[in-house]
Amino acid sequence: MIPIHYYLILSAVMFITGVVGVLTRRNAIIIFMCIELMLNSVNLTFVAFSSYLGNATGQMFVFFVMAVAAAEAAVGLAIVIALFRNKQTVNINDVNILKW
Amino acid sequence: MHQYVGLIVLFPLIGLFINGLFGRKIKNEKLIGSIGSGAVGLSFLVAIGIFVEMLGMPAEERGSVVTLFTWIAAGSFKVSAAYQIDQLSIFMTLVVTGVGFLIHVYSIGYMHGDRGFWRFFTYLNLFIFAMLNLVLADNYLLMFLGWEGVGLCSYLLIGFWYDKKFDGVGITWTGDAGNKAFWVNRIGDFAFMIGMFLIFKEFGSLTFNEVMGGAENLAVGNSNVFWITLLLFIGATGKSAQIPLFIWLPDAMAGPTPVSALIHAATMVTAGVYMVARNSALYALAPDTMMVVAVVGALTAIMAASIGIAQNDIKKVLAYSTVSQLGYMFLALGVGAFTAGIFHVMTHAFFKACLFLGSGSVIHAMHEEQDIRHMGGLKKVMPKTYWTFLISSFAIAGFPPLAGFFSKDEILWKAFADGSGVLWAIGALAALMTAFYMLRMVTLTFEGEPRWAADKHPHESPSSMTIPLIVLAALAVVGGFIGVPAVLGGGNAIHQWLHPVFAQAEKTMALPEHHNHALEYALMAISVAIAISGAWFGYRMFKKDPEADGRISSKLGFIYNLLSNKYYVDEGYDGAIVQPVVKTSDRFLFGFFDVRIIDGIVNGSASLTAWVSRLMRTAQSGVVQNYAALIVVGTLIVLGLIIIG
Amino acid sequence: MIPHVLNVVLFLPLIGMAAVLLARRSDNAARWTGLITSLLTFVVSLELFFSYDAANPAMQFVEKVSWISALNVSYHVGLDGISMLLVVLTTFLTPIVLISSWNSIAKQVPAYVALMLLLETAMIGVFSSLDTFLFYVFWEMILVPMYFIIGIWGGKERIYATVKFFIYTMVGSLLMLIAIIWLGYYASTLPGGEFTTDIIKLFDIAPTIPLDIQSWMFAAFALSFLIKVPAFPLHTWLPDAHVQAPTGGSVILAGVLLKMGTYGLIRFNLQFFPQASLEFASFLSALGVVGIIYGALVSMVQKDVKKLVAYSSVSHMGFILLGIFGVTVEGLQGGLIQMINHGLSTGALFLLVGMIYDRRHTRMIADFGGLARQIPVFSTFFMIVTLSSIGLPGLNGFVGEFLVLLGSFNSPVLDSPWYVIFAATGVVFAAVYMLWMFQRVVFGVSRSEENKKLTDLTTREIGLLLPVILFIVWIGVYPFTFLQKSEPTIQRVVEKLEQVQRGELLSTTVSDQ
Repeated sequence: MIPIHYYLILSAVMFITGVVGVLTRRNAIIIFMCIELMLNSVNLTFVAFSSYLGNATGQMFVFFVMAVAAAEAAVGLAIVIALFRNKQTVNINDVNILKW
Repeated sequence: MHQYVGLIVLFPLIGLFINGLFGRKIKNEKLIGSIGSGAVGLSFLVAIGIFVEMLGMPAEERGSVVTLFTWIAAGSFKVSAAYQIDQLSIFMTLVVTGVGFLIHVYSIGYMHGDRGFWRFFTYLNLFIFAMLNLVLADNYLLMFLGWEGVGLCSYLLIGFWYDKKFDGVGITWTGDAGNKAFWVNRIGDFAFMIGMFLIFKEFGSLTFNEVMGGAENLAVGNSNVFWITLLLFIGATGKSAQIPLFIWLPDAMAGPTPVSALIHAATMVTAGVYMVARNSALYALAPDTMMVVAVVGALTAIMAASIGIAQNDIKKVLAYSTVSQLGYMFLALGVGAFTAGIFHVMTHAFFKACLFLGSGSVIHAMHEEQDIRHMGGLKKVMPKTYWTFLISSFAIAGFPPLAGFFSKDEILWKAFADGSGVLWAIGALAALMTAFYMLRMVTLTFEGEPRWAADKHPHESPSSMTIPLIVLAALAVVGGFIGVPAVLGGGNAIHQWLHPVFAQAEKTMALPEHHNHALEYALMAISVAIAISGAWFGYRMFKKDPEADGRISSKLGFIYNLLSNKYYVDEGYDGAIVQPVVKTSDRFLFGFFDVRIIDGIVNGSASLTAWVSRLMRTAQSGVVQNYAALIVVGTLIVLGLIIIG
Repeated sequence: MIPHVLNVVLFLPLIGMAAVLLARRSDNAARWTGLITSLLTFVVSLELFFSYDAANPAMQFVEKVSWISALNVSYHVGLDGISMLLVVLTTFLTPIVLISSWNSIAKQVPAYVALMLLLETAMIGVFSSLDTFLFYVFWEMILVPMYFIIGIWGGKERIYATVKFFIYTMVGSLLMLIAIIWLGYYASTLPGGEFTTDIIKLFDIAPTIPLDIQSWMFAAFALSFLIKVPAFPLHTWLPDAHVQAPTGGSVILAGVLLKMGTYGLIRFNLQFFPQASLEFASFLSALGVVGIIYGALVSMVQKDVKKLVAYSSVSHMGFILLGIFGVTVEGLQGGLIQMINHGLSTGALFLLVGMIYDRRHTRMIADFGGLARQIPVFSTFFMIVTLSSIGLPGLNGFVGEFLVLLGSFNSPVLDSPWYVIFAATGVVFAAVYMLWMFQRVVFGVSRSEENKKLTDLTTREIGLLLPVILFIVWIGVYPFTFLQKSEPTIQRVVEKLEQVQRGELLSTTVSDQ
């Protein structure tokens, strides 16, 4: 049996990869993918603990997360497409209009 | 009869309301004048009625108080609108309403054709109303109402011709002169008010009777009484134009001449004398204040008289003469001769009112010319004015047996006997100057050759003006006989009459009886000699050479300039007090402190908020990644703290 | 006898406001509705004056309905001798203000009338509240209509002025809110106590607060009220607000709003925190004295008549402050009468300045001169009001100032004549700045051709000034009518403070907590 901390380390690596991606990349699609990566790293942790503790609640949560992630992907990609149609770019440096 | 005292005050009030509300519509000068004069005349008649009734009573029953209603009451403080009738107040009432009536009648002629005719009589009636409250009040507060009321009327009447220019230090319009009078008086009133607070603190009441009753139990030299009397006296220096607050009276001549006669000579300015006399029992307890009063009176007498010598405006001469005569009255009060002071109030009211009205008659005839250098030779054109003016001038100079002789001589005698030789000498010197400048004025105005422009046609004034002159001149002749001293075989009726009022003060002061008749005769002879020589000198000098002033000023340039510029007192006050206060208020208090400091702080705190907000706003870049980075940093810090902690 | 008369007085203007807003027929309809409502309110409020039982020092016309029961907050109103007079002053001035703005307010008339009526309810509410929470609601409610009145119908700098007014007042009142909450909380910490905002209960509870906390509470309330008074050096909102406000706004501001500050000082600071009041009495009296002199000196050098009158308010209100914190019956009575006097005299001065502004569209002293010849009736009214303002005996101003000075001179709390000696110089300065201005505006000769075209007062204007003049003279000659109504109430206030001073009503010490 693979020890739990293997899963956790993998999950942490995936999460940090996601965070760094979100903070440093300028392409909206990639940022979006990085968010998915973070969500999935969390899913991995949930599943690992669920199996380790013998408690199904964690796996329950994973379904929720996946459902939300799917909805988010739909809305998020729609926004990106709308953005691209208006500005002909998905570089977020060009869309910093969210300020006073 | 005394229960009708309210009527004395009521009649002028009715006159004031009729003329004030409907005068503009009445338009008929005769009617307006009759209402105004009639109101005062009726008051005079009621006052005579009360006076006659009092004569029939034994001396100790003559005083009484009539209470009308409670005026102000709060906590332990209570003051009523109540009138006190006693020998002193009825005496003053008679002078005020009597002389006031004559001046009202005179004004009908003098103010003929003036567009503010109705307004003038309204103000005059208001003045009489306030003055009667002042003299009849049974408490300090009601007296203060009259005190400020007469000040108001003085203000209104000085500035009566509000669109006329008037020249003075810091004064352009007559209204400025009125302001000056009101402000200087307010300084005095300020002291009067503080005095009242002290009285209330010391005696728990503001009623004259209760205060005088309380004073019986106090020892001579009580420090509170010293302050009370001193403060009240400062009030009196304002109203009665004494050093250091005399400066307003000469400028008060901006008003119509009857006003100068009524308010600034005969009645209002003597209010201070009356007030001190009314408080004689308190002053007797404060010998230090008495000394101050005497010295201020003497100094004012000589200072004003010396200025009077070098004035060329007929009314200015009379104004300084008034200041000087008021100084005599305070000299009398200061040495404890209260009766003599009040006696001089009366005689002065007669001859000075006559002089002012006479000068009004002259000014009227000369078409508003007031400079005596441009007069001369008026004797022939206006004989009635001339003779009444001359008689009054002799009266003020102290020629026996005219009214001024008796009252002034008594003051000088008391100053010598109960005061000191120095006070007497100052008084005598002032008397010499008085005789000199009065005759100088008479000579320049009426004697010699005419020096006026050819287009002027002086004429005698109408009878409504000359009759009051004649009556007043007659009173200036006979008025003194009520105070003939014992050494001249007189009964000194005024002493007998006023004695009960001043009995308490005289008991406290315990002045010695004087029996040195030889000395009294000698001093009397000296003052007669002074009067005659001063008058003769003034007459000769200016009869020969109307331009004598020019000769003197070239010889005694410095002194003459000092006198003709009134010792530069106005300029001194203006430079030392008025300008600094106004400039400080404008530039420092308002311009700097209010606008820069206080509003600076207020607006500054608003600006600070805005500045901080602008600074904080830069954090809001609109780049979501930055926000996310901050979230991560924050999370890491929190996690770090948890791990360390 | 009208049942629930205080409720009627309080809500009649609100009904009028609803009528004005709902009908929205025409400007004239709005004016008339407003006038009739306010006159009716005044008539009903006379009932308050006449049936007020002066001999009974307790609260009268009390109405109490539970409101927020969780916090024990109730709609609780009632009047004593002090507030009754101020309520009647409010209802007296409101119709005058509405008449005065008959023609001078031309835009959005219904809104103006509605806001004035709302203001009237709020002002009456402030004076009659017997619940700190309710008081606070009314206190803040004042700001809204006043904000709009200055902001919509004001002069050029109106936005700056109205924001300044709003924020100045808000700063103070937030601290007061904290103090109100803390008071309620304090009541709940007492044995058997519960959270309360009932002023009557707090009269007994609040004085037991230990002195150090009491001082903070006192300061929180005082700051709020001192800004409103306005006391030096918190006064700079006043000149701006006055100069920018339309005439009606200025009259209400000077006539009633400033009195809310001094009323609050008597109602809350003196009665809730007697010990702290005695501690701070000298300081606040000194502030009053500084205000008297400072206001007068600054007033003297103003070039704008309205600004001059505004600064003179600082001076006049200083007398009230001195009267209150001298803590004597004479001083407090004088302070109360002075509140009414200032409402009448300064109100009338603003009315007069407004009338001349309507005609000439300037308020600069230098533009006038010689008005006595052009418009004598105006000048006469101006003279009388000026004299009242400088405290001439026989007119109202004197009675208040004299009683204040007399009371404070003999005050055992201040125990020094110097306060009064300095304060009394204000009487001299008042004559200087008022008469100097009067001389330059009314006397002399006209300095501008345009003044030749001025027309004298209309019947409407005379009609609205006459009632004010009537009371100016009435209070001057026979102030007893008004003094007797408030005497027992004020005596009770002073007695309580005297007890504290003698140490009979000691608060619990900190260790008891």
